[in-house]
Amino acid sequence: MKRVMVKPLKVLGTYTQVLPNNWKLYMDNVKDTYHASLLHLFFTRFRINRLTQKGGVFVSADGAHHCTYTEIVEDRGDAYEAGGMRSAGGAHDFRLEAPELLEQVDELGDNVSIQILSLFPGFVLHQIRNSLAARQVVPKGIDRTELNWTLFGFADDDEAMLRRRLLQANLVGPAGYISMEDGAATGFVQRGVAAAADRASVIEMGGATIGSGDSRVTETAVRGLWKAWRSYMQV
Amino acid sequence: MDIELRMRVEELHARYAHALDSDELERWPDFFTAKGRYRVTTAENEARGLPLPVLYAEGEAMLRDRIASLRHANIYEPQRYRHMVSAVLLEQQSASRVKSIANFLVIRIMENGEVVLFASGRYLDRIALPELRYEERVVICDSRRFDTLLAIPL
Repeated sequence: MKRVMVKPLKVLGTYTQVLPNNWKLYMDNVKDTYHASLLHLFFTRFRINRLTQKGGVFVSADGAHHCTYTEIVEDRGDAYEAGGMRSAGGAHDFRLEAPELLEQVDELGDNVSIQILSLFPGFVLHQIRNSLAARQVVPKGIDRTELNWTLFGFADDDEAMLRRRLLQANLVGPAGYISMEDGAATGFVQRGVAAAADRASVIEMGGATIGSGDSRVTETAVRGLWKAWRSYMQV
Repeated sequence: MDIELRMRVEELHARYAHALDSDELERWPDFFTAKGRYRVTTAENEARGLPLPVLYAEGEAMLRDRIASLRHANIYEPQRYRHMVSAVLLEQQSASRVKSIANFLVIRIMENGEVVLFASGRYLDRIALPELRYEERVVICDSRRFDTLLAIPL
């Protein structure tokens, strides 16, 4: 939080994304360091976030909170391409005619391309390039969640930075090149699990414990969420 | 107000709506001038003087990027829209520009047949003459809420 909140903020605007799923599925998505470069073509194709880029994940001792980051340092590797991953660009060799949408100024001076932070149970802070936002996760029913987005900049942003933030607003929110997919995916999971209420599936990616580390090929933060939730719910 | 101009602007709005509703998304950028701007926002942000767009494109390259991304990059559930556009008010500013305000309703149809009122609001347009393309189309949604995601432009 201190890394991003370095000076007075200026709110740029707000909106609400209504998700057709339980709130825990959204937090599970936020904390899953693994899905981002598989689901979000924009992350992988434009090398904003690949698991082969330097980064890490921090998880609080009780598992409830997490923070993950990826460094700007360009990864020239082609692991995703060699693996034939859809998110690497796919058959269409997807590219942008106006790539300036993604240009980042390293305004916090520490070479971080993306930081996602969550506080249990329902708060998220993101920095994706120069897009900064707080997300408030509000449960509205077993299968309905409202996500209140507040995008902000700094009070001393110049015109170029304001323009950059407004262009990069296209990455997030209900129409976000990245975030629209989270709305879709969590809804798919909600409907998928409804068909098998009495069954369970367990994948222990990165082990069974929770903890911090330099690899994001792990579900440590996801396990932390469920562990914290079970402890509060006494189940 | 020139009746012929009114008819031509209403036809522009109608062609725009039919193109989106017929999944002819590749035609969407052609409704704008080369430097045309498209911005979706909420009445709340507008009233508070806040600049945040829900979706924003300036110029034909960004407009085309949005459609290319929907076609080839983004994961979302198949869906269609039905636009209703009405109550068009015009104000001709010069021989080369007319301003338009119109109401819209957008109904969303999912593959399983689910139909919902997805969005309502106003189009605030600056239209270039005589080519009849949007120099700017600002879509002001009445509600701050968007159900699941906004993929296809409004």
